[in-house]
Amino acid sequence: MGQKKLSERAIEWGASAVAHASILIIALIFLFLFAEGYKIFAYDDPLHIFFGTDWQPTSQNPRYEMLALIVGSLVVTLGAMLIAIPLGVGCAIYLSEIAPPHLAEILKPIIEILAGIPSVVLGFFALVVLAPLISLAFGVPSGLTALNGALILAVMILPTIETISEDALRAVPKGFREASFAMGATHWETIRHVAVPAAMPGITVAILLGFGRAIGETMVVLMATGNASIMPTGLLDPVRAMTSTIASEMGEVAQGSAHYFALFMVGCILFAISFAVNLAASMIVKRGQNS
Amino acid sequence: MIHSRDVNLWYGRKQVLFDVTLDILANCTTSLIGPSGCGKTSFLRCINRMNDIIHSCRVSGEIRVGGIEVYSPKTDVVMLRKKVGMVFQVPNPFPKSIYENVAYGPMIHGKNDRRKLDAVVERSLREAALWDEVKDDLQKSAMELSGGQKQRLCIARALSIEPEVLLMDEPCSALDPIATAKIEDLINKLKEKYTVVIVTHNIQQAARISDYTAYFYLGKIIEFGKTSEMFEKPKEKSTEMYLTGRFG
Repeated sequence: MGQKKLSERAIEWGASAVAHASILIIALIFLFLFAEGYKIFAYDDPLHIFFGTDWQPTSQNPRYEMLALIVGSLVVTLGAMLIAIPLGVGCAIYLSEIAPPHLAEILKPIIEILAGIPSVVLGFFALVVLAPLISLAFGVPSGLTALNGALILAVMILPTIETISEDALRAVPKGFREASFAMGATHWETIRHVAVPAAMPGITVAILLGFGRAIGETMVVLMATGNASIMPTGLLDPVRAMTSTIASEMGEVAQGSAHYFALFMVGCILFAISFAVNLAASMIVKRGQNS
Repeated sequence: MIHSRDVNLWYGRKQVLFDVTLDILANCTTSLIGPSGCGKTSFLRCINRMNDIIHSCRVSGEIRVGGIEVYSPKTDVVMLRKKVGMVFQVPNPFPKSIYENVAYGPMIHGKNDRRKLDAVVERSLREAALWDEVKDDLQKSAMELSGGQKQRLCIARALSIEPEVLLMDEPCSALDPIATAKIEDLINKLKEKYTVVIVTHNIQQAARISDYTAYFYLGKIIEFGKTSEMFEKPKEKSTEMYLTGRFG
């Protein structure tokens, strides 16, 4: 008896140690990022760094202004969301509400396979297939543009949005639909006024997680978007995202240089964005559970 | 009001209703009783074609509600369900406000004028004996109501489109005795205006609220008649055994 209690306590203690360790790891990662990143403020003031658009870290007169990179990331990500949200949510509605079960069983794994394609393969596809097509279709000299990145990122995050939205729709109690049908509502009215609103917290979480995945994606945007660190004026300009900046410059940077600190600050911004998005998602989940 | 002739129903290969023939009178309450799995709920769901949702379900025979041939290919299910409202076993208000729950039916049937909707919401909630409890806070989420209030809200929602028939599938089985008593009072008032068909597991409830009772056993109607007569002097042995609690 006493021994069993001891083993119970050991398990509890072990589990709590693991849980606390992961929190500690996350805190340490942020601490480390910020400890290196804030040193860039010794070279320029935060106003310039965050709101200036001149990213010239290796020139004679180096500049470390990040707004073009932040906007670059946001343009590609928001463009991808604009494509992936209607497709993903529409797909989820079709699979959970409309498609006959045997068809849904075939389609669902196909969509899940999309999630398993390595991002470098998608990036390669964007580079050699999509980019020439865009160049041809819009008459721009190079197809390596924000639009190219947005299109391929949309493909990448589609499974995330579809799967989580579909789960949310399937979790809507059957009673809601029955009640709606019994009122003489059509199938479409039931989807639009009952099923989708009831699944809205879950669909919002799906969208936020898709956003988090898109803004953190590196390889695809590095290969697809042209990587010019200029302020984009539209979707047909090349852009450089924060992630690809870190990935392509961190390898050659001198440790302890201003450029090195600047890249860490870029990492801090990314971390803050994805932290905020995930926090929002978990708050929505929590609110959904309470009501 | 409702006439059923030789209704048979299958789920896949399993037949659950056998030649159900029944006439339900207008402005009466008719109870469908019987042990679990006897087909009473399946029959109830034939009347507004809710069984359509189940893919494997097949129905033969004839049901008429008022002038509507329920299973005729020409019948518009939307029109039928406007005429035949339904209340379910587990209270299932939408996760919306009280107002939106009641306004849902009129809204999908094209009523968008705010003042008219206000009037419908008030009338329906009054008829469901819920108005006085919620009139000050119609924008409150329906999920915050108690179980009995939720069920009365579902009744109000069903009444909002002015049906002629109200089908109730064990509406009190998830409720406590006090909430049940309130719903039973309500059903007694509703039959002045509506034809009520109620499936119930509670034999006393059938005795208290219904004018007619149909006893189902193994997918067939064993006995149908005035509730008072059936409970006093059942004609069939099986009915008597069920009513006296020897099985079921």
